[in-house]
Amino acid sequence: MSVLFRAAAAILLMLLNSAPLQAESLEVRVGYVQWHPDQGPVLSNVLPEPEDAGLKGAELAIQDNSATGKFLGQTYTLQSILASSEAEAITAFETMLGQGIELFVINAPAQTLETIISRGKETTLFFNAGSRDDKLRTHECNVNLLHNMPSYAMLTDALAQWLNQRRWDEVFLIAGPTDADKGWAGAFRRSAKRFGLKIVEDKPWTFDADLRRTASKELPLFTQASNYDAVVVADVRGDFGEYVPFNTWLPRPVVGTQGMSPVAWHRVVESWGAAQLQSRFRKLASRDMNSEDYAAWAAIRSIGTAVTGINSGDPAKIRSFLYSDRFQLAAFKGRKLNYRDWNGQLRQPVPLVHPRGLVARAPFEGFLHPNSDMDTLGFDKPESNCRING
Amino acid sequence: MKSLLKKTALAAMIGLSAPALASLAYVSNEKDNTLSVIDIESMEVIDTIDVGARPRGILLSKDHTRLYICASDDDTVQVLDLATRKIIDDLPSGEDPEQFSLHPNNKHLYIANEDDAIVTVVDVTNKDVLAQIDVGIEPEGMAVSPDGKWAVNTSETTSMLHWINTETFEIEKNIVIGQRPRHVEFSKDSKIAWASSEIGGTVHIIDVDSLEQIHEMSFKVRGVNQDRVQPVGIKLTSDGKYAFVALGPANHVAVVDAQTYEVLDYLLVGSRVWQLDLDKDEKRLFTTNGVSGDVSVVDVDAMKVIKTIKVGRYPWGVVIDPSS
Repeated sequence: MSVLFRAAAAILLMLLNSAPLQAESLEVRVGYVQWHPDQGPVLSNVLPEPEDAGLKGAELAIQDNSATGKFLGQTYTLQSILASSEAEAITAFETMLGQGIELFVINAPAQTLETIISRGKETTLFFNAGSRDDKLRTHECNVNLLHNMPSYAMLTDALAQWLNQRRWDEVFLIAGPTDADKGWAGAFRRSAKRFGLKIVEDKPWTFDADLRRTASKELPLFTQASNYDAVVVADVRGDFGEYVPFNTWLPRPVVGTQGMSPVAWHRVVESWGAAQLQSRFRKLASRDMNSEDYAAWAAIRSIGTAVTGINSGDPAKIRSFLYSDRFQLAAFKGRKLNYRDWNGQLRQPVPLVHPRGLVARAPFEGFLHPNSDMDTLGFDKPESNCRING
Repeated sequence: MKSLLKKTALAAMIGLSAPALASLAYVSNEKDNTLSVIDIESMEVIDTIDVGARPRGILLSKDHTRLYICASDDDTVQVLDLATRKIIDDLPSGEDPEQFSLHPNNKHLYIANEDDAIVTVVDVTNKDVLAQIDVGIEPEGMAVSPDGKWAVNTSETTSMLHWINTETFEIEKNIVIGQRPRHVEFSKDSKIAWASSEIGGTVHIIDVDSLEQIHEMSFKVRGVNQDRVQPVGIKLTSDGKYAFVALGPANHVAVVDAQTYEVLDYLLVGSRVWQLDLDKDEKRLFTTNGVSGDVSVVDVDAMKVIKTIKVGRYPWGVVIDPSS
């Protein structure tokens, strides 16, 4: 009797043990925190930016990951917040951290991002899908931070390469007053030097007139100079820049944050299967996909690609997979993408677009690099103090 | 005079009979909404046919009387009658059909619906939708094994090969391969499947009995950045000797020994080479070159590109009618 009982107990135990094995599934939870300070009133408020820029990209990537996951017993969930203040963003982050989430996509300014990281755990893995700030890629580095948004330097290098190969090498620079404008303009000045462009005028934007009435009168005077090949505008929030094209003193193209712009993503990108991503996104969000959406999408697709490869949601294992030779992100930019091991930046081609069309895609042929021609964009290893992988 | 007349008459007769004798290639022009018809002897475009929006995958019915066309942006598969060169019908295809494959029974058409993450199976004889099978994101490549047992679909963003049992319409196995799998091609004996991974830059050789990968190939084209080596279309010779792999923006076709999987040569063709097909005698290979808007013709014995033929914008698929 006792033997029989024991045998029965053993079988029962086996059944109990094997039950979880049968239903074994891996749940990967991702936290998404978005906050941006109010941009203030802008002159060009005709086309407002979508408030959920970034979040919808994250949601799409979760869908994409889940489609793969369902064949592999892996599920993905997103916990997200669109915070209305920095404090709310930080609190939300801490709540998610408390719930055991270890993978985060942050769409916020550099300072907020750094505050959030400082409150994370040693193993928490962060993806930057909001800040283009160069300092995060050059000296304020973090071992657990990867960047999916291209930096200002990557964007302006793309533009400067294009100007160089068009041989439009004398430019008139107009820089707006905000920190972001200064970041963009500073990056462009560096790019100009790198790619042999001459900035014939470097003028800060100071006018405070309403250009909807007077652009045609004020801008020709503002852009007076003996000669230049193009006008470069640094107006990140879109305050005055939309009024520069067609109002310059000389009949010249306008490039930069307006006119033709270097971006991470834009609705006009359609090659390499991008048309499919765009239509998937439109179905989900009822609007076009932009750079913030793309960065968040690429972050969560990186996680998904790693989880497919290693069948684990452990942040340390994901991190080491992302820096391994095995990782390659298929991200609709015509080639495989991976991360720079010194600063965690996602290498990527940069489309140059005007509002209704793709003009070109950097890097351009002829700009050579010993490792990857994508490293001609942004701070290369010798130019960055970051060594986050030793 | 008389002899001249005779010669002229003879020439006219040859001219008249040419369309019937000529072997024809059909090329879908993705951004022109047309098909180019190429006489493969003269290697010239002899006709251009208006079709639906964004034609991509094309294939012949087993009796060679019809051409099926994925009109992606019209969300339909069109049926072209080859004798009259008229669209005679369309099939319920599901949304955004991109590639498809016809079962040897000449009835069941397996269609990859890129936007919907499903494979639709349509009976072409009565237009019944027999099944819709959930697959990964962006299903693209579709192939049915010559013995009719398996339908394989590649899902690009999911990076998988989905093996569908053609009797039950159920997925029996999923194989993760390199990033962005595009195309699958079976060997004639149905024993080996070749699958290309565009972003991975690889071709995966799958043993069909065990459904396991037995080999993985990569490519190195001299003077071409490794990132640009993006395998897409694959074509095998029926004697089991060669495989031709279109390498996309590397602008080359790799010639592979189909037994040892060694790359024998790289042939320079047009820009962004996409799909390819062999003529009846397997003496000539035609490739579609999307960006340069042309078709390259390879002499298979000499392994040389002998001609470039201008077609429409963004040529995508190519099919040679072996009976024409």
